[in-house]
Amino acid sequence: MLFTPGTSITTRLVLLFLASILLMTLDHKQQHMQNVRAGLQVVVYPIRYLVNLPVDIASWASENLASRQTLVEENASLRYQNLLLQGQMQKFDALQAENRRLQELLGSSFKVADRVLIAELYRVDFDPYKHLIVINKGSTDDTYVDQPVLDAHGVMGQVIQVGPYTSTVRLITDPSHLLPVQVNRNGLRTLAVGTGAIDRLELPYLPNNADIKVGDLLVTSGLGRVFPPGYPVGRVTKVVRNNGSGFAKVSAEPSALLDRSREVLLVWSADTDAGARATETQQPKAKTSADKRK
Amino acid sequence: MTLVRHHGGWTIVLTIIIALMLSILPLPVWAEFYRPAWPVLVLIYWCMALPQRVGVGIGWLTGLMLDVLKGALLGQHALALAVVCYLTLNLHQRVRVFPLWQQALTVMLLLALYQLLILWFDGITAGQTHKGWVYWMPTLIGTVLWPWIFVVLRDLRRRFKVS
Repeated sequence: MLFTPGTSITTRLVLLFLASILLMTLDHKQQHMQNVRAGLQVVVYPIRYLVNLPVDIASWASENLASRQTLVEENASLRYQNLLLQGQMQKFDALQAENRRLQELLGSSFKVADRVLIAELYRVDFDPYKHLIVINKGSTDDTYVDQPVLDAHGVMGQVIQVGPYTSTVRLITDPSHLLPVQVNRNGLRTLAVGTGAIDRLELPYLPNNADIKVGDLLVTSGLGRVFPPGYPVGRVTKVVRNNGSGFAKVSAEPSALLDRSREVLLVWSADTDAGARATETQQPKAKTSADKRK
Repeated sequence: MTLVRHHGGWTIVLTIIIALMLSILPLPVWAEFYRPAWPVLVLIYWCMALPQRVGVGIGWLTGLMLDVLKGALLGQHALALAVVCYLTLNLHQRVRVFPLWQQALTVMLLLALYQLLILWFDGITAGQTHKGWVYWMPTLIGTVLWPWIFVVLRDLRRRFKVS
């Protein structure tokens, strides 16, 4: 298929070996392979789709075959919840206006509300040593590399690969993920490192005398320019001050339901260039992501 | 053009696709670590049964698909699978006549080599090295499953007259 029948298998292996090394080197540098990856994402799309199909059918069935009684109950509870949220929103609007006024007094530019889009998860597995997920939105929905992903409770991760109809997201608990955070109580800034355990983050760069305690809420600090500031990341669950080492051992539990959320939110934050342009002009994705990389 | 007519290419493609699907099928978290390397097992069978049709090229392409599905570095699984196919092609005349348990032992060595290559590339690029003994469980499970996979694929090959 790939070769003429005459080529010996050793020659083939050597050629493929060189091709693989070339691919790996280019991919490791992460600059030239976005288009190749996007193409390959399309090729594997049917496989992912098929694996996800039973889950789709099950959720379709549970929506369409639900009894009237259940729907009525669900409707009532949603109505009640909506009322509560609307009540809270009234206060929120007033607070937002007040906040904007104060920010203007301080002379800092206020962030307009971020644009969000709901994406659904594909039920497919990856390498168990990595924490990656696939979502059903891609470059046709203006998704871009490095885009923040949230759920209803907090930060989930960031987009690392974009295909036309799907994107791959790295969760904040992936061992190679670093997230700039700050303690909501006092503004102390640090980095949250993924551990490979789905329910634990570590904050290894805090000195022993840092003002942090169990129960503190961590929010994104906005440094690193990937995540908009102020979104909840997690709560501190353990602080061990170790006189021998100079650094405290601090762990936190992510606020987002990383292994349970079925729907996630993609955020176009208003202060990133790419986000602003995507919102205004609906530019094709390749361009925005290229700009974002710089 | 070769004079031999090929039959049933679709069976080969379908089994490979099913193997790829099995390798991303959602499992409970504890079971994920024990998932055998399905595509490797299927390709070892086809390289052994039909070495004139399935070889390093198809192995490499399957590996590339696996790279994308698993979110790995492009070329990582591709290279490991090409190497496994190459060794199987060289061994096929001997392994084909082995009794099943002896075949399974050969398959274990091939699976272990595959896992080792993957671990090696991971170590070079990502710097994650320590994965513990559980990393080798898929090799063991694959070995135990081999006799069944062999019988099922052989029956499929005969049923659909793949040659």
